[in-house]
Amino acid sequence: MSVEPADLSTIPSAPARAHGGLLPAAWHALKRAPPTAWFGIIVISIYILVALLAPLIAPYGEAEIVSGAYEPWGGDYLLGTDQLGRDLLSRLIYGARNTIGIAVMTTALSFTIGGLLGLLAAILGGWTDQLLARAVDILMAIPQLIFALMLLSIFGSSVTNLILIIAVLDSTRVFRLTRAVAMNVVVLDFVEAARLQGEKLGWIMTREILPNILPPLVAEFGLRFCFVFLTIAALSFLGLGIQPPTADWGSMVRENATLINYGDVTPLLPAGAIALLTVAVNFVVDWFLHKTSGLRDER
Amino acid sequence: MNAILRTVLQRLGLGLITLFVVSVVIFSAVTMLPGNFANAILGQAATPETVAAFERSVGLDKPPVVRYFSWIGGVLRGDFGNSFSSAGALAGGHDRTVVSLVTPRLKNTLFLAGITAAIAVPLSLVLGMLAALYRNSVFDRMVNLVTLTSISVPEFFVAYILMLFLAIQFPIFYSLANVSPDTPFLERFARCALPSLTLILVIVAHMMRMTRAAIINILASPYIETARLKGVSPGRIIYKHALPNALAPIATVVAINLAYLIVGVVVVEVVFVYPGIGQLMVDSVSARDIPVVQACALIFAITYIGLNLLADIVSIVTNPRLLHPR
Repeated sequence: MSVEPADLSTIPSAPARAHGGLLPAAWHALKRAPPTAWFGIIVISIYILVALLAPLIAPYGEAEIVSGAYEPWGGDYLLGTDQLGRDLLSRLIYGARNTIGIAVMTTALSFTIGGLLGLLAAILGGWTDQLLARAVDILMAIPQLIFALMLLSIFGSSVTNLILIIAVLDSTRVFRLTRAVAMNVVVLDFVEAARLQGEKLGWIMTREILPNILPPLVAEFGLRFCFVFLTIAALSFLGLGIQPPTADWGSMVRENATLINYGDVTPLLPAGAIALLTVAVNFVVDWFLHKTSGLRDER
Repeated sequence: MNAILRTVLQRLGLGLITLFVVSVVIFSAVTMLPGNFANAILGQAATPETVAAFERSVGLDKPPVVRYFSWIGGVLRGDFGNSFSSAGALAGGHDRTVVSLVTPRLKNTLFLAGITAAIAVPLSLVLGMLAALYRNSVFDRMVNLVTLTSISVPEFFVAYILMLFLAIQFPIFYSLANVSPDTPFLERFARCALPSLTLILVIVAHMMRMTRAAIINILASPYIETARLKGVSPGRIIYKHALPNALAPIATVVAINLAYLIVGVVVVEVVFVYPGIGQLMVDSVSARDIPVVQACALIFAITYIGLNLLADIVSIVTNPRLLHPR
């Protein structure tokens, strides 16, 4: 009476099984992926590489003032300089590290909180479930950005506060999803058997239920990441998220926004960087959902 | 009919309870504040006497429950208290009430949201139905790609691109939407063109995709298949068979997206310097002007809860099955 562990890399595609092994199976699924998914995967890989290797690639330091303000493109400064005379290309590269890093941390935290509570609610049921579900209803009754703005006005804007606030607010959606999908698994016989065997709560959560609800959660991770990423970018753009002198795409749009009035596209670069990443993640998630479930209409 | 009425009343009651709890949450936000609240407003140099006077004028020396009821009582009478940023009572000047700050801004935001909704809702319903009817066609794929992209992109990106092309490169519209109360109606309309265009683009993408999904869902059901096999004309299938059942999901879609408009409006107002309630809230958050933030948050929450409640009620009234859960 054990569950077959469904690893996230085994995208359940029938012909893949013949080749055996996880990596060949994943590769096989990848080969048949649509061009949009390929585009998404390549873009995401480039972003991750840039974020990891930022200090090696960037020609100048993150907050280093190298020249006068608003230098034009070309010459020593490929994309010109910003309002304080910092190299824009370097800021963009470091921005990848900060912006993506903070969003990934927030999403991970949100999944830890939401996933854990969702599993607990599904397994324990009763008043635990009721209490958590009602609390989440209340949190979701206020628009997320508005709630975040209110909390930031009280606790002040700092990266720690930002991560905590967004993670807690976002974990409500994770809670809903985890609880909903876990509910379908909790009632199955093997869970009952594990309970009767006297397995502990932690075992039931991580070994019996979690592997069976992983695919929708992985897809949700992508979508939540996009949402968190956009929320943080919006808050930073409003001047209430990541604070200077940290290079971050949202605040870079704000800092250079006046250039738009002179027909300069520079402020669109960080905004475009945000947009490209979210589009790429969405493409991959779309494909993944298509693969793992019959969610999309096939008629 | 009685059963419908009862369910609707139940939902209304539930909405009121949610609203009450939300107001408690918004209110207790101030109470959660660390003790140096007055210092945060008045600055570190404030003397203990000034701090005490400030706390008394704001009512911070009373217990939280008393403060909540005096606050919510004021709100119900349309009095949100005084803005901190004026701090008039201390400086000897006159207080600025939160209401006098919020009211003109709220009117502006409602104007912008009204224009947007009036254009976006019919447009996205038509587009969604067309995409559902001709699904997997070139039109459907194109619309799908475009909407998926515009959903994934931050609002300020759309806003700045529109500003760059439609106001700077080709000066068709005003680049900034800085209206004042005495701006004539037509000019106000023209100045709102770009902000509402941005919002329309974002919201149509959402609404159109959800409408498409809802219609496809219904077109896949057996009774539509039967109608089709009976030889009912496609137009009649859509109009007579599918649409009545699609009404509930579509109403939900519209309500959710109008609620989404609330959030979108904050960023767009800041980009185009439009004097709406979203920008007021952002400014007040920077200045940590808590009463104004509370008032804005409450207004946003009421709208949000109200719209969701409306969607619920529409779907109950149009779908009798929901009256009998299980």
